[in-house]
Amino acid sequence: MAVIPLERKPLTFAERTYLPQIAFGLKTTLRHLVTPKETLEYPEQRPEIPAGYRGVPTLVKDPNGREKCVSCQLCEFVCPPKAIRITPGEIAPDDPTAHVEKAPQEFEIDMLRCIYCGLCQEVCPEEAIWLQNQYTMSGYTRAEMVNNKERLYELGGTLPDDHFKWDKKKSAEEQGNAH
Amino acid sequence: MDFSFYFDLPLWIRTALQGIAVIAVLFPISAACSMAERKVAAWVQGRPGPNRAIVPWVAPIPFLGRFLQRLGVFQLMADGGKFVFKEDVIPGHVNKFYYYIAPLLALIPALTTVTVVPFGAYWDAAANTLKPLILADLDVGLLAVFAISSLGVYSIIIAGWASNSKFPFLGSVRASAQLISYELSMTLSVLPVFLWVNAPGGNGTLSLFDVVQTQSEPGFLGGMWYLFLMPLSAFIFLVALFAETNRQPFDMPESESDLVGGFHTEYGEFKWSLFFVAEYAHMLVGSGVFTLLFLGGWNPLPWVPLAPLIEGLPVWLGGVIGIGVFLGKVFVAIFFFMWVRWTLPRFRYDQVMKIGWQKLLPLSIANLIFYALAIALIETR
Repeated sequence: MAVIPLERKPLTFAERTYLPQIAFGLKTTLRHLVTPKETLEYPEQRPEIPAGYRGVPTLVKDPNGREKCVSCQLCEFVCPPKAIRITPGEIAPDDPTAHVEKAPQEFEIDMLRCIYCGLCQEVCPEEAIWLQNQYTMSGYTRAEMVNNKERLYELGGTLPDDHFKWDKKKSAEEQGNAH
Repeated sequence: MDFSFYFDLPLWIRTALQGIAVIAVLFPISAACSMAERKVAAWVQGRPGPNRAIVPWVAPIPFLGRFLQRLGVFQLMADGGKFVFKEDVIPGHVNKFYYYIAPLLALIPALTTVTVVPFGAYWDAAANTLKPLILADLDVGLLAVFAISSLGVYSIIIAGWASNSKFPFLGSVRASAQLISYELSMTLSVLPVFLWVNAPGGNGTLSLFDVVQTQSEPGFLGGMWYLFLMPLSAFIFLVALFAETNRQPFDMPESESDLVGGFHTEYGEFKWSLFFVAEYAHMLVGSGVFTLLFLGGWNPLPWVPLAPLIEGLPVWLGGVIGIGVFLGKVFVAIFFFMWVRWTLPRFRYDQVMKIGWQKLLPLSIANLIFYALAIALIETR
């Protein structure tokens, strides 16, 4: 390995008085004094959320207003901190979406347990659970920190759907080709 | 305007009123300086600083209310109120008598030195001269400032000792050593100024008013501020002033990073704020003295004395202009203090001692000898 000897010059007289360095430092701080500030003043100014951000997990509806979750419970099983608790339920036979067969009766995500890993979103076959942009989750009690189904849909809203999987399935069934 | 009723009052009432008036101005200014310090710190570091506090009846004022809020003016009131209403915690291990008395002692020298510092001047038409606005125009002037302001170290020693714990004690020991070291250079650095002011054969004086008067004379040398005439003296005085007021880069007594909070570690709430105000009052008085000695006091510009400008004006207006110019310079000096504080890192303790004894003291002695010889040559020619 090459050894590069560095010459350590003794400090000049000007350097030993500290003064040129002090003047230089004062110049630098004066420049910072008048430059625009870096601070994001939080409640009024919000950060720009990058694409793919993993915020609070939410449930979404498709553009027709149908809840997409079919309570297969894959997210509940995959959830590493066991934050999700689903009570499966049936869809009433007279419902226009009766062919979907199942929907969650209750869907709870305990945000005190959730680690925002996004595995639920990844595992969901229905693209029903999404980690969206909401990043402030707070409450005064433990109970408040548990998002129930109603709240999850409120947070999630509606996302565009590329497939309309269940509509296609129904029309296929009606026209006689099951697959 | 007729102020004659005021001059008919007994002298003691007048002096008491004047004293209260000066303290009533100095105290809020010291407090405002602490706010300004936070704002300057924030701006230097690229932050907006405190800008949220607002009182409800100012909030609706368009523009002005918003401006004051952004400037953090009301943060000061919020902080002050907090200090007053906080619980008065007394640590169990302190010496209560001295613990209580130290913050008061800190304030006394800080407020006493103000009495001999002129803060403006007015034109006395009857006597046809410029008169200082001052609480007590003593002939010993600057000597009184030095004598009293160095008493401030007692409050630090007492605070450190009464706290009965290691860090405050170390902080106070450092502080006392530092103050003693820099007092010498400070005093020696102003001697050339007074050698120059006290021309041989004249009346000897140490009055700060006379120092400003000699900077307001006609002619090239007469109107020159002593900053230009004696830059080295001004520099030594300024450095010593930083050390005497315990400001960065000579922040030995506090040294947050190695002594927790220094001598006031064990202090909280209102007592702590008294130390704080005393520090800023020291800074204000120190800047005032620097302004008087080297920056021409209330003279607006070098070679532009105040007296001819205010001669024709009403007395009160002339006085206000004088005070305005003087305070403006003081605030510039205070800003410089803050600017330096947020620029420089702290010297190590051995460096502080080395600079004080091995650099600054010989330098100020050499400076004194040089100016003594120069003045002797000029005056006896």
